[in-house]
Order: sequence, then structure tokens, then C-alpha cells
Amino acid sequence: MNELPLTALLASVLATAAPLIIATLGETITEKAGVINLSLDGSLLLSAMIAFMVGFETGSFTLGFAAGAVTGAAIALLVGFFGIYLGQLQVAVGFALTLMCKDLAYFLGNPYSRLQGPQLISWKIPGLSEIPFFGPILFQQPLPVYMGLLLIPAVWWYFYRTSRGLELRAVGENPEACYTRGIDPRRKQILYIVIGGALVGLAGAAFSLGIKPGWGRPQGIEGLGWIALAIVIFGGWHPIRVALGAFLFAFLQVMGIVLQGIWTGIPAQVFQMAPFPLMILALVLINLLQYKGVQRWLEDKPGLALLVDKLRGAPPRALGKTFHPD
Amino acid sequence: MNREFPMGRLGRHLTDTFLILIIVTVFTSLLLLLVGASPTEAFTHLISGSFGSWSKVARVLNVWVPLTLCSVGLVYAFRSGLWNIGVEGQMVLGAIGSAGVLRMGVESGHPLLLLSLALLAGALLGAAWALFAGWLKIRGGVHEIFAGLGLNFVAIGLVLWLIFGPWKRPGIASMSGTEPFPRDLWFPTLEGWRVSPFALALVILLILATAWILNRSRFGLNLKAVGHNPRAVVLFGLSSQRYMLIAILISGALAGLAGGLQVSGVYHRLIPAISSGYGYLGLLVVMLAGFRLAPIPFIALFFAALNVGSIQLPMMMQLDSSLSGVIQGACVLSALLVFGFRHLRRRGAAD
Repeated sequence: MNELPLTALLASVLATAAPLIIATLGETITEKAGVINLSLDGSLLLSAMIAFMVGFETGSFTLGFAAGAVTGAAIALLVGFFGIYLGQLQVAVGFALTLMCKDLAYFLGNPYSRLQGPQLISWKIPGLSEIPFFGPILFQQPLPVYMGLLLIPAVWWYFYRTSRGLELRAVGENPEACYTRGIDPRRKQILYIVIGGALVGLAGAAFSLGIKPGWGRPQGIEGLGWIALAIVIFGGWHPIRVALGAFLFAFLQVMGIVLQGIWTGIPAQVFQMAPFPLMILALVLINLLQYKGVQRWLEDKPGLALLVDKLRGAPPRALGKTFHPD
Repeated sequence: MNREFPMGRLGRHLTDTFLILIIVTVFTSLLLLLVGASPTEAFTHLISGSFGSWSKVARVLNVWVPLTLCSVGLVYAFRSGLWNIGVEGQMVLGAIGSAGVLRMGVESGHPLLLLSLALLAGALLGAAWALFAGWLKIRGGVHEIFAGLGLNFVAIGLVLWLIFGPWKRPGIASMSGTEPFPRDLWFPTLEGWRVSPFALALVILLILATAWILNRSRFGLNLKAVGHNPRAVVLFGLSSQRYMLIAILISGALAGLAGGLQVSGVYHRLIPAISSGYGYLGLLVVMLAGFRLAPIPFIALFFAALNVGSIQLPMMMQLDSSLSGVIQGACVLSALLVFGFRHLRRRGAAD
């Protein structure tokens, strides 16, 4: 960090952001289809633990990541089944699962605490990694970083350029209309909550096998799931803005670590909680933009108005409401 | 609707409870077998660790007090339709308020007056923190789950800052918390009691008062209308925002009181983990209670026993004490499963 502070700083922002991007895009897919998976904080932790355990026992990254994805998908399936088919509050199921999965992770992961396990190393892309400045930031990263970066355009393309993506968004906006058009909203919602959950699981695996390697109590990613949920709102359910939110958060987190070195008297935990008030502030600001008065004030400020227009985002209209085919 | 249950609602609740306990027992046993531990041994340790002796029962009751206070407060918030996930932070703020008052009066000659002031300050600060979340929801448009959660983390940051900064122990600041208060500033108890009978009485009194307020008073009925029947709100000209704010305020005050009692009656100082997660656990208690008041004291007792009973698992069986949290979560999920199948059958019958 001493030689190339800026390069190292930006590279670590990217590495910190990557798993978060994977998780937030997973949740964006889920919520865009009209379901809330509130279990993220627990899912991330449990899939991180399972991925580490499998990676440790088999020595295989592929199996580790697969185990993480399956764990995340299974938890999401529970949320979907309870919420969509059993008519329970999606938020209630998600919250209960988030607490339970966290404790389950600590319980099952106890024997794997503080063990030296497999850890992904940076993967230099030949040629590109030699580019001065950008090379070390963009092309000398562990695999999940590339995964996260590629996922952003992929999700955007799926949402806005494919007919299945159109169906996905329609289910989240108006499930009744979809039903009359012959699409079963509940099957779509189950499909997308499982896909979203699998991505959350991959993000968990990316933490324990690469970005924050290892397992312990605490692992260090506690609370990130809640941040991820907030980032989805912050990003207005739009994949690109959600990813930008994840970058912003990662930047704040890395800055926190840097500042910690400067103000050594303040305990680390105070810096760790810094993103939360900022998150609230950001959510308030975004909401303020919806007010008529603010919009009128913006009218004669074209530059600002354009920016604000880009920031605004409305939730999928059927979000969290269970559809009943009657 | 209750034709199949001769005893009516009570019969249905008992059947549900029985089903839930069976599912949870089977699940937990399988989990224990999976990690190579004996289920009977683990269950024996859980029971003997929580009800095995009077001192253990007292410890369970010491957990029951804050857990019940948080859960009872949450019922108000849920009645108005709010998810007060910020109950955890409200408890922390209550602890800060009480500790602040007690610190100021270390030299004073009126310990009882000071203790009452401390608890009052705790309830007030808890209420203020809750009001902030409610205000963010109503004026700022931030969903109460995220407002509350964000404020929880801020509250924890605040406690750490106080313990390591302005309120640090003379000499070294540490995770062990602030300097303990002198004995005459401890919440009163009786000779030989490890749990204060006054705290228990206070909680029981508050449960009874809540039962009356929610079911008998005009306020309680209006609150229910606000949370569950938007049409009635328009019809009776109620301000749903005002009722939401009052509900979350009461919720925060009770959580703050719980925090104050933890500081003055249990730890006798401010520690970083002063809330012990009882706020979040309270949410599970209320969900398992089906958002009703009556089952809360019993479920809270069961959860408190699990918490205390699991403490000796690491020592006796090399198992992580988080088993209690897994069982508690499993209880709620099984309950949702049972409620869900009942829901399916009702829908099936309706068709």
C-alpha cells in the first residue's frame, strides 16, 4: 500500500465491491420479480461458511462455490415457498431465516473456526494486467471480481433486452395481468428468487474463499447483507445503479480502514457502522426527490435535474405482495 | 371455522404448539446427529442448564425481563402495522440514558430517586430513538426496517464511542465496559434473590396494562384499525401517522426501559453488548406468538431458558452456544409452516 497508494486503494475498492455486487444483483433480480428476500444477512454468512467448509474438505474451489450457491438458493426457496405458496409474510419469513441462518452458520462452522483454508489468488489476465495503472486495478484480481463486473451488463441485458426479462419485470409490476396472459406469476417468482438466492450464495462463497478468506465467529461480513438490501433500494432496482451503489459503499468501507489508521484512538467498530447513517441519509435524499416542491425547484437547474432523474427509482409495484390466482 | 376443534381457539393454539414442538425437536435432533452429538445429552444440558437450580432459574428470569419488555413493546408497533426492527437500538439507547444519569449522580445522597430518574431517562431515550425511526418512515419515506436497522448500528457505534471515549475507565478503556456503579445505585432486590422481584413485578404490571390498553381502551381499538383496516381509518377520521408514531414511541420506551434495567439491575455498568440481541429475539418471540400478547410471556420464558441453557454447551459438549438461536429460529419457521398449512386448508375449503 506504501508504493502505489492510489492503485492499491482502487484495487481494494473493486475487490471489496465485487461480492457485494453479486449479492445486490441477486436481490435485484428477486425484488424485480416482486418478492423480497430479507434473509440476506443470514444467507451470506451461512453460504460463506458452507463454501469454506466444502472448500476446506475437498480443496476444490468449484465445489466450494457450488456449495455456496446451493445454500443461498435453498434459503431463497424457503422464503419463496413460505411467502408465495403458504401465504406467510415474506418479511417475517426472511427475518426469521436471517437470524436462524446466522446462528446455524456459527453452530455448524464451529469446528472450522480459524483454520487455514483454500484462498483464491489474483488471476492476472495476460497482456491486459501489464497496462500501467489500470492493469493492477482491473486485471489482477481474484475471480469473483471478474464475475461481479460481468454480471452487471448481463443482468441489465436480461432485464431490458430479452423477452424473458420483460416477463420478469411484468410479474413484479402486475402479476394479475401476467396471469391472464398465461404466465404463472408464482412459478416465475420462485424461479427468480432461487436464481437471486444462488447469486447471494456465490457472494458468500466469494467472501470466505477469497475476499475475506476463512471462517470464524465473527467472520467479519456480519451486517453486509443488510447493507446489500439497502443498496438495492438506493439503486432504484436498476442493475447499473445498484452496482454503482455497491461501489460507493465499498469505497466508503475502504476509506474507513484508511481513516482508522489515522485516528487510532477511535475503535474500529465506530468506522464499521459509518455506512449505516449514510445509507439512511441517502434513502431520505432519494425520497425527498419525489416531492413536488423539490421537483419544481429543480426545473430551472437542468444539470442537476438530469442527475436527479437518473437517481430516482420506483419499487416494483407488486413487491412483497403475494399473488393469489383466484 | 373451528368446527374441528371442540375447544375452539384454545384447542387450535394447543394443537399448533404441539405440532411446532414436534417439528422443532425432530429438526434439532437431526442437526445434532449431523454434527455427531447426542440429542438426548444436548436436550438434558439445555434443561438442566436453565431450570436445574434456583440460581439458574434466576438467570433465566433475568433474561425474561428485558426480552418480555421488548416483545410487549413490539406488539404495539405491529398493531399499527410497523416493523420496529430498531427495537435493538432503542434498548441500547435506553441503556445509555440510564448509565448517563447514574454516572452523574454517583455522589448524590438519594439513590432511589436517582434510579427512578435513570429508568425514566432510559425509557425516554429509547422512545426518542424509536420516534426518530418513525419520523424517518413518515416524513423521510425510509422503510422502518432500514431506518430501524441503520439506527441499531449507529446505537452500537455510540456505545463503543462512549466506552472508549468520554466514559472510559480511569486508566485503560476496554471492551469490559465502563466503571461499575457503587452498590447503592444498583436496582433494588431482596436479600438472597438473584433476580429482582421488583423488576419482575414491573414487567407483569406492564403486561397487564398492555392487555387493557390494546383490548379495552379506545386507543387500542383505533390502533388496530390503523394497522389492519385502512377503510375504517378514513371512516372514523383517524390520523394513521399519529397512531403509528405513538405506537412506535411506546415500543421504544419499553425497549429503553429494558436497556435501563440491564444497566442498573444486571450489569451495573455500560458494556458494549448491553442489548445481548434481545431486541431481535423479541421480534421472533412476537412472530411465534402470532403477533398476540397473551402467549408472549410464556414464549419469552422458553426462549430465555434456551439462551441460558445453551451457555454450558461449549464446555460440556464442545458445541457452539448458537444452538439456542437455531432452535429459536426453527420454532418461528415451524410456526409459519403450521400457520401456512392452515391457511392453505382454509383457502382450499373456501374454493
